[in-house]
Amino acid sequence: MSVATGYTTTPDTERPRLQLLPPTRWVEEGVSLRQITDDIARPMEARPGKGWWICFALAFAALLNLGGMVTYLIAKGIGLWGLNNSVGWAFDITNFVFWIGIGHAGTLISAILLLFRQQWRTSINRSAEAMTIFAVMCAGLFPAIHMGRPWDAFFIFPYFPNQRGPLWVNFRSPLVWDVVAISTYFTISLFFWFLGMVPDLATLRDRVTGRIKKLIFGVLSLGWNGSYRTWARYEMVSLILAGLATPLVLSVHSIVSMDFATSLVPGWHTTIFPPYFVAGAIYSGFGMVLTLLIITRQTMHLERYITIRHLDKMAKVTMLTGMIVSYAYATEFFSAWYTGNLYERYHFINRATGPYAWCFYLMVLCNVVTPQFLWWKKARTNVAILFVLSIMVNIGMWFERFVIIVVSLHRAFLPSGWGMFYPTRVDVGILVGSFGLFFTLFLLFIRFLPMIAMWEIKSVAATGAHIAAPIGPPEGKQDREEREVAVNA
Amino acid sequence: MPEKFVVATYSDPDSLLRAVRKLREHSFRIYDVYAPYPIHDLEHAMGLRRTRLPLVTLVAGASALLTAICFQFYAAVLDWPLNVGGKPDNSSLAFVPICFEATVLIGGLSTFVALLFRARLFPGKKERLPALGLTNDKFALVLRKRAGDFDEAKATKLIQATGAEDTREFEGKL
Repeated sequence: MSVATGYTTTPDTERPRLQLLPPTRWVEEGVSLRQITDDIARPMEARPGKGWWICFALAFAALLNLGGMVTYLIAKGIGLWGLNNSVGWAFDITNFVFWIGIGHAGTLISAILLLFRQQWRTSINRSAEAMTIFAVMCAGLFPAIHMGRPWDAFFIFPYFPNQRGPLWVNFRSPLVWDVVAISTYFTISLFFWFLGMVPDLATLRDRVTGRIKKLIFGVLSLGWNGSYRTWARYEMVSLILAGLATPLVLSVHSIVSMDFATSLVPGWHTTIFPPYFVAGAIYSGFGMVLTLLIITRQTMHLERYITIRHLDKMAKVTMLTGMIVSYAYATEFFSAWYTGNLYERYHFINRATGPYAWCFYLMVLCNVVTPQFLWWKKARTNVAILFVLSIMVNIGMWFERFVIIVVSLHRAFLPSGWGMFYPTRVDVGILVGSFGLFFTLFLLFIRFLPMIAMWEIKSVAATGAHIAAPIGPPEGKQDREEREVAVNA
Repeated sequence: MPEKFVVATYSDPDSLLRAVRKLREHSFRIYDVYAPYPIHDLEHAMGLRRTRLPLVTLVAGASALLTAICFQFYAAVLDWPLNVGGKPDNSSLAFVPICFEATVLIGGLSTFVALLFRARLFPGKKERLPALGLTNDKFALVLRKRAGDFDEAKATKLIQATGAEDTREFEGKL
């Protein structure tokens, strides 16, 4: 093959492809396929280190707390929360929207970046998808427990035979759309994740020695043997699922936003909500992916696969979506002023100067100011700085939902209906507990399942092997010019 | 009845790709190739037909869409019309989100199930591997010894010329 002509001209290549720039390598040169398997399987085969145990103990304690709190809540009723007549939705729906949003980054990485042929996704897609599934599980908890009678939760689905007479769920209600959207999202994400894992489960099946492990991986790997006839179909199905998941992920948070946007409450009743929520979801999701991957790469020693350049790419997506979110904040204020609607205008004045103004300013600090640091390459490539920024993103996005939900409700139309919301111990306990559930599941995942897609890394490592492209720090202008010179020479 | 195969193992995909092309030039039919990851361009080299699985997605998705439209119309207009804020019974725009979600859900799940059926994969199936290390770092090219029209000597010669690590006979089911 010759780079100089700009064409791949291997004699046995049937269709020469135009190649303006050689692709960037995402796996360092000279790593053998066996080495990739060994590296990625190591965390599952070795005993977990002290770091893992400490994280697990904390997460599991929070999970136990969640169990206790939810039991208490179901036994006593949702009067245990700080809700009142003015604020009938608070921490429960805030947490729900927060967790659903977290999930979006996983689908973006696994589906949308697949369609865009972004090779850097291969190191992070598996764990991001796992994160999606666990986050949606945490999210699903809240609508279930906020019903007051969770044992009747199945009423939200239309089902046969209809035991409520012929009275069906109200298909005009965004809450019903929400139920359908979230369950579809969870199911498709779960199957997509599992399908992506099948070849790796087969690798593990052929590798492990213990009888029980062999049995489990044997059942889960569905008899996969790497036949190319299967691979060809498999790739097509992955592409189809990615194509389906792409509009799905955009629809999910749009529909979540319609829970608010189709109402008349000032602060909710805006057409900007769907795109604003989707951008916010991706922003918060990438914040969480960064947090998780920084912890994982340090504790599991996977720096070779989750490189600084991967973190840099994720930081760029975070910055972009953070800017979209900031723009949406500005637009909201502008339209409140421009429409001249009294209630709308009061709501935004109250948002910035009322009793919950500190939440608003915390949100602005975390979601408008934080992404600005990511303009600097130093910030994007420094693990410690990125970690702090990613935590800020998580905090900011939780407060964004709190501001939208609680601040809008606490002073809606008539001053006689105004009130304040103060969280109780149970509110906070369940929020902390949901983090416990999330982190417990994630820690178990990185311990027992391949957290990096081995076969995808292998295919990326092999693709890169044909072309000598520079490895090193993120490509800058100079590198690109050098490469262009090399290509044109 | 167990069949007989010639199995050539490789440790790099390029030699395997060359071997596949060479054998096809000499009009051998490739029974299958085994690889730890999908190799680019191999489906063209093997002369595989494009899979028809997308048709499953189309048919399943379209039926789900139709079902969702009809069901919502039936429930909200025919079976129990409910006056919600004076909105028309057939608020068809409000039915769009559920139609979309149903299309995606049923389309996706059917494609997944169709893949498992077509590739004969199911939980607990015993894997059939013609060589060791195929899910780790080895590649294998498999030719079926069909009685009568299989020139084994020529095939072996071609395979050995392409840098196969090992060529052996495999008897059993694949």
